[in-house]
Amino acid sequence: MVNYIWMFMAVIGIIFAMFNGTMDEVNKALFQSAEEAVAVTIGLLSVLVFWLGMMKIAEYGGVLRALSRIFRPIVTRIFPDIPPDHPAMGYILSNITANLFGLGNAATPMGIKAMEEMKRLHGRNDASRSMITLLAINTSSLTLIPTTVIAIRIKYGSISPTEIVGTTIVATAISTIGALIIDRFFHFLRIRRGV
Amino acid sequence: MEWIGTISTWIIPGVILFILLVGLYRKVPAYEAFVEGGKEGLKIASNLLPFLLGMMVSIAIFRASGAMEAFTSFLEPLLNLIGIPSEIVPLALVRPISGTAALGMTTELIQTYGADSFIGRLASTMQGSTDTTLYIITVYFGAVGIRKMGDALKVGLLADLIGIIASILIVSMVFG
Repeated sequence: MVNYIWMFMAVIGIIFAMFNGTMDEVNKALFQSAEEAVAVTIGLLSVLVFWLGMMKIAEYGGVLRALSRIFRPIVTRIFPDIPPDHPAMGYILSNITANLFGLGNAATPMGIKAMEEMKRLHGRNDASRSMITLLAINTSSLTLIPTTVIAIRIKYGSISPTEIVGTTIVATAISTIGALIIDRFFHFLRIRRGV
Repeated sequence: MEWIGTISTWIIPGVILFILLVGLYRKVPAYEAFVEGGKEGLKIASNLLPFLLGMMVSIAIFRASGAMEAFTSFLEPLLNLIGIPSEIVPLALVRPISGTAALGMTTELIQTYGADSFIGRLASTMQGSTDTTLYIITVYFGAVGIRKMGDALKVGLLADLIGIIASILIVSMVFG
């Protein structure tokens, strides 16, 4: 599906530019965005190396194991096909916790590492059930304190920049619960199709 | 609300201190472990680059050509029908595709309508309660080389829709 979306955006974009007279902009955007992607990767590179380094110490020190033991009752229900003692659990929990505190920089390496462990468990190149669940949780956003938004609100002279924290938490909670339900529903459909 | 700022400056050093103290207590060869983990990070980043670059270029073409704008105005009447205010429609449609574009739109909406207006509060809530689905899928699956993503995109996009509708309902109820 992502194949089609990727092709669709590029092909439609170029054809649209032909008729819209925006070929110059497309040309510029093409190379600018490629450069930007390298910059993003380099930005991620530093946090990936740093956090995965720290997490390795945490893993050897048993911190991840302890973390997954504490939250085991909840997380084993959300990810039923991961053995409770598997390292993937520790990384999933670190990812969720970092997201909750708005530490996007720390959350991404943990999420990727969790995916890697889940891929090892799954042993194939397609997405497993729990991989889709972790993505659903991440895409619905778990932020407790939306710092970037608060900063923008301060910049534009809001009387109460943090007044949206409450509404954001409720909206996030609803979308996360919704994401988990939808995820379960699609899983149920897959089972019925016998995949 | 100063405590929020204090917490966010202390939390990362605190976590690092905790990890190192536990490592010390458990006699982990900390520096060697750090380097070992860091090398994995390096490998992940190099795997990630082609996925991310490909996706970002495609999105950039779509946006720069003006097709994204056309797409948004095409869907606007439909979304108006289910009660999504027209000012917020572009943000709602762009949020799953591009994080930077969405942040730009949120900033613009707050600037135009004011941070404490209904639209300003709605944009703030929506920005905070949804995430860039396409980016997350690209990064998480790209880094470990998952090619068939199953239902991930559908689930992610539907979750975004729920987040958008939830934001509208809650902001209407609280600030309406």
